Amino acid sequence: MKQSTINPSEEYKYGFTTDIESIRAPKGLNEDVIKFISNIKREPGWMLEWRLKAYARLKNLKEPNWQKPKYPKIDYQDLYYYSAPKSSENKPKSLDEVDPRLIETYNKLGISLKEQEKLSGVAVDAVFDSVSVATTFKDKLTEKGIIFCPISEAIQKHPDLVKKYLGSVIPITDHYFATLNSAVFTDGSFVYIPQGVRCPMELSTYFRINASETGQFERTLIIADKGSYVSYLEGCTAPMRDENQLHAANVELVALDDAEIKYSTVQNWYPGDKDGKGGIYNFVTKRGACRGNSSKISWTQVETGSAITWKYPSCILQGDNSIGEFYSIAITNNYQKADTGTKMIHLGKNTKSKIISKGISAGHADNTYRGLVRIGSKANNSRNFTQCDSLLMGNKCGAHTIPYIENKNSSSNTEHEATTSKINEEQLFYCNQRGLNQEEAVSLIVNGFCKEVLQQLPMEFAVEAQKLVGISLEGSVG
Amino acid sequence: MLQITNLSASIDDKKILNGFNLKIKPGEIHAIMGPNGSGKSTLANVLTGKNGYQVEGQVLYQGKNLLDLPIEERAQKGLFMAFQYPLEIAGVNTNNFLKTSLNTVRKVRGLKELDSLDFLNLIKTKTKNLKIDEKILNRQLNVGFSGGEKKKNEILQMTILEPKLAILDETDSGLDIDAMKIVSDGVNSLRSKDRSFLIITHYQRLLDYIKPDFVHVLVDGKIAKTGCSELALELEKVGYGDMEPTSR
Repeated sequence: MKQSTINPSEEYKYGFTTDIESIRAPKGLNEDVIKFISNIKREPGWMLEWRLKAYARLKNLKEPNWQKPKYPKIDYQDLYYYSAPKSSENKPKSLDEVDPRLIETYNKLGISLKEQEKLSGVAVDAVFDSVSVATTFKDKLTEKGIIFCPISEAIQKHPDLVKKYLGSVIPITDHYFATLNSAVFTDGSFVYIPQGVRCPMELSTYFRINASETGQFERTLIIADKGSYVSYLEGCTAPMRDENQLHAANVELVALDDAEIKYSTVQNWYPGDKDGKGGIYNFVTKRGACRGNSSKISWTQVETGSAITWKYPSCILQGDNSIGEFYSIAITNNYQKADTGTKMIHLGKNTKSKIISKGISAGHADNTYRGLVRIGSKANNSRNFTQCDSLLMGNKCGAHTIPYIENKNSSSNTEHEATTSKINEEQLFYCNQRGLNQEEAVSLIVNGFCKEVLQQLPMEFAVEAQKLVGISLEGSVG
Repeated sequence: MLQITNLSASIDDKKILNGFNLKIKPGEIHAIMGPNGSGKSTLANVLTGKNGYQVEGQVLYQGKNLLDLPIEERAQKGLFMAFQYPLEIAGVNTNNFLKTSLNTVRKVRGLKELDSLDFLNLIKTKTKNLKIDEKILNRQLNVGFSGGEKKKNEILQMTILEPKLAILDETDSGLDIDAMKIVSDGVNSLRSKDRSFLIITHYQRLLDYIKPDFVHVLVDGKIAKTGCSELALELEKVGYGDMEPTSR
């Protein structure tokens, strides 16, 4: 096995590997592998059919190539599509039965799976490669009728909800990576908030890639029934390796009448080394449907990791008076690349959307904001406000803003503001003169630049994200 | 406190300071005056460590070689500069900036960091004493501040950081009388036997409020004349016109 792991360093303290025996699907992508995944997850027949339908469709699709960051051709037959710790074969019934090495891994990542410990206001679903290894606070949530479980479990236990909503926002006929995910997805979280319920705690999923030569195909589905509210957060890390690994997730959100979903991401996948070797390809499809009237979906993302980040968390504003928001910080350093932004599709009347994007580029990195605002002909009195700010550090990096605006309704309007600035030597000097060293100064200035977005994060995570913003840029100013 | 010997500084081979000498003892206030382009701001920049200058000569600060230290270490060791043009930093709360700065400096000096409450008490007292409107604390650092507000904010930072040697780089330029009063009150309140000031100014006005022990006239990168505070008044009348560079 060509598993080569680089020593975890200061810059990326999550870069370690857990030495654990795992079960893998045979290498490659074919119907047998899909059947293997479906079988090992004990899925009902309809799910396998759904996957195979996606796979049939995939064969007629081509990988997109319009994005700015280019990457060497991925050999889809040279990947593992399923890898799971052997100990999770017989699904542990409680935390006591979970392999201590896995619990230790999450502890090392700062995620406690023990309910009594800190972050007691946060329920966690821990996904390790292709399986969910533990979900906390399930009982407490069940009391309120909230379902928070691995999607593989939801497929078995709540087939009606899954059948009704899975693929209803991202159809299996969507683009290449979304369709690939539909065929081979392994685990992720399922959330259902019943009518009128305000979820009493933050829900979160922590994604960890551990195995080498393995793709992670996360699938998450969140449904907020009428008048409900949920705040959900995902975090991600991976070992440092000199191979590139693919993480191709599909995340679907559905908000019914008067419901609100707040979805936050702190993405810290391994970004590759200083010379751009290794790192995760983070090719993700995230889409939310504001299906009900006066519903709201808000995406907040802090993207600091990955060799390439390529994603557009989007909102389809179907219901009248619905609201979509996108707050983003994308930091690229060294040779990292990002092509990220959002799509706001206004279909209902009086729909509103707001986009705040902060791109920070350092080293040799390249950072693109790409966003679509489309206002349909029936979306009377709709509004969009977009603000894209780019911050450059040094003169070898790049920042690009590519807005697409399509307005088919004369009573609606869109606003777009964009700025590009450079971290200014004078500002650094000023901070240094007040006793801050170079890195503290950069962290302070960049956190100030990102403030509008950081403010959107749930409090428990905002502090962590602020630190991460500083750490991601370490060594970027000489 | 500070001993500058034969200091030269140039940018792109253009000599700005040329054989500059100055000695400041603890508790003294020195004023440096001079025409535009005489090297006043360069002196402040070289002492605080700003990049971009080729520097020769020796500067001893509290007996140690100052020129070897990075900017932040000079600051941590008690060297403070009130900027002529304070920088705007968007998104950074003024109060937070002051707290971060103070705690960084306190940490290096082996003092306990202040928590938010202690800091709030401190800053409330300081703003009140200086008659500065507390509202600036909740605004983004210097963003949208008037010229006067920016300078007052510099003085506020100075009183909070309690430097050993404070350099005021044309802090008085563009100030009305009220703001000038706040600036000079700040300096006078900090005046003590072990704290020194180097006040760089183009006009004599500020020196009506802050009585310097020495006034130096800087011409062509070196001190052309030194005197007591009367020298400033004299300069106000006759200007810098007939000032010939001479050795001290």
